[in-house]
Amino acid sequence: MLKLPIYLDNNATTKPDPQVVEAMLPYFTEFYGNAASRNHSFGWKAEEAVDYARQQVADLINANSKEIIFTSGATESNNLAIKGVFEMYREKGNHIITVNIEHKAVLDTCRHLEKMGAEVTYLKPSIDGLVSIEQIKNAIKPETILITVMYANNEIGCINPIKEIGELAHQNNILFHTDATQAIGKIPVDVIADNIDLASFSGHKIYGPKGIGALYVRRKNPRVKVTSQIDGGGHERGMRSGTLNVTGIVGLGKACEIAGKQMAEESQRLSKLRDKLEAELLKLEETYLNGSITKRLPHVSNISFKYIEGEGLMMGVKDIAVSSGSACTSASLEPSYVLKNLGLDDELAHSSLRFGLGRFTTEEEIDYTIEHVKTAVTKLREMSPLWEMFKEGIDLKTVEWTEH
Amino acid sequence: MAYSEKVIDHYQNPRNIGTLDKTSQNVGTGLVGAPECGDVMRLQIKVNDETGIIEDAKFKTFGCGSAIASSSLATEWLKGKTIDQAMEIDNMDIVEELALPPVKIHCSVLAEDAIKAAINDYRVKKGIEPIDDK
Repeated sequence: MLKLPIYLDNNATTKPDPQVVEAMLPYFTEFYGNAASRNHSFGWKAEEAVDYARQQVADLINANSKEIIFTSGATESNNLAIKGVFEMYREKGNHIITVNIEHKAVLDTCRHLEKMGAEVTYLKPSIDGLVSIEQIKNAIKPETILITVMYANNEIGCINPIKEIGELAHQNNILFHTDATQAIGKIPVDVIADNIDLASFSGHKIYGPKGIGALYVRRKNPRVKVTSQIDGGGHERGMRSGTLNVTGIVGLGKACEIAGKQMAEESQRLSKLRDKLEAELLKLEETYLNGSITKRLPHVSNISFKYIEGEGLMMGVKDIAVSSGSACTSASLEPSYVLKNLGLDDELAHSSLRFGLGRFTTEEEIDYTIEHVKTAVTKLREMSPLWEMFKEGIDLKTVEWTEH
Repeated sequence: MAYSEKVIDHYQNPRNIGTLDKTSQNVGTGLVGAPECGDVMRLQIKVNDETGIIEDAKFKTFGCGSAIASSSLATEWLKGKTIDQAMEIDNMDIVEELALPPVKIHCSVLAEDAIKAAINDYRVKKGIEPIDDK
């Protein structure tokens, strides 16, 4: 039986896996000790759980458990990685290379550091969302201390050439950080093979709880250090103070373990469903796929339905939870900066929907989505003056609009 | 943010969607907004030359649910009004009727602009000076 509403916004957050919730529960009720309490069994029990989870997290990305720093989420991890490297390696240089479609947690952190004396290069990706090795190579200077490039983009799902970027960074004695929030648990991420020095991610994007995340910090070749951004009791090898969120950590660990086991099968199943959804929707006239079609996460599709507005369309499919790059869905009334920075017309950004499939998405839900999105698009185009003009052969670029 | 029942009703059952002959002498057309801003409204009125009464009104809108609802409501209100009465429709009346939240007030402003643009188009066709409302 199809149950409404349907959740297709899995790049925003995911439903916690029931196994994750089950693993966490005893740490709310019974094992509530502080993992830093060294002298009684309550503390030991908590510490044991944290150690176990740290190993589960490390295993997913081929890291050593000592290289995992627990944080409150990917935003904090990004802040810690970028600010922490800048402060620690300030004497070596002040230049950071990033890309202008990174998540705000990276971009705004870089902006913050500019005020502190950093020089930041914001590379512009190609129209498919990818940054090239050449671009990065050309941006490197003697003062460059950090390259930070996301593993996969949250809006369009494109996957950057991480391994090659990491290799280039290491050849030049530069540290490489990647915001891997959308990639970890969805596609294989191997910090050794991918030449990653620092990687940020969170629990709630991989069917774990919110409020917990991690930063991978490499310990060997090179040994990386970051200046702590939250000071206190010296937890997490001094890099992140604060009593450990044991319940969250247990949840994150379990989520990583499940992801590691199910990733191969899950990504295959989801890419099949995604391809079906996409193929059907792209049959509609004047409908465009945003971002790379080949180098992409298996479960994401970002599509622009030209001549209709994204929020209007979302309202037409109110039983399906998706997200849009339209201005109307943001507080700023600006359309998605990611789509804009790809070089897409604002108009196409306003007309975009992101479909994010997940572990609990069924084929029945995809069939329902195809049918209802198609109906809504057709209905809204019937009431769109732009569609009418397009059909009359009027070039919208020649019309004098009254901007407001 | 949840939509009001009235917005949902206008969105699901929009009144007066359609196109009037814009070359006709007693049809006024207002096209406001811009595609890159995410909303465009086209509002048309058909005026009885003798009585000055708006006999028909049609719209098409590219925009969010509130923009569609605002223009749908505007056409409903326009029908049967004289041009002078129509000029008095204020965007805040639309805000109130549809219970639009602050972030959606611009949708009502656009609808008011569309009404005025349609009336002025009609006036110009009749050789009457357009009204400068600003």
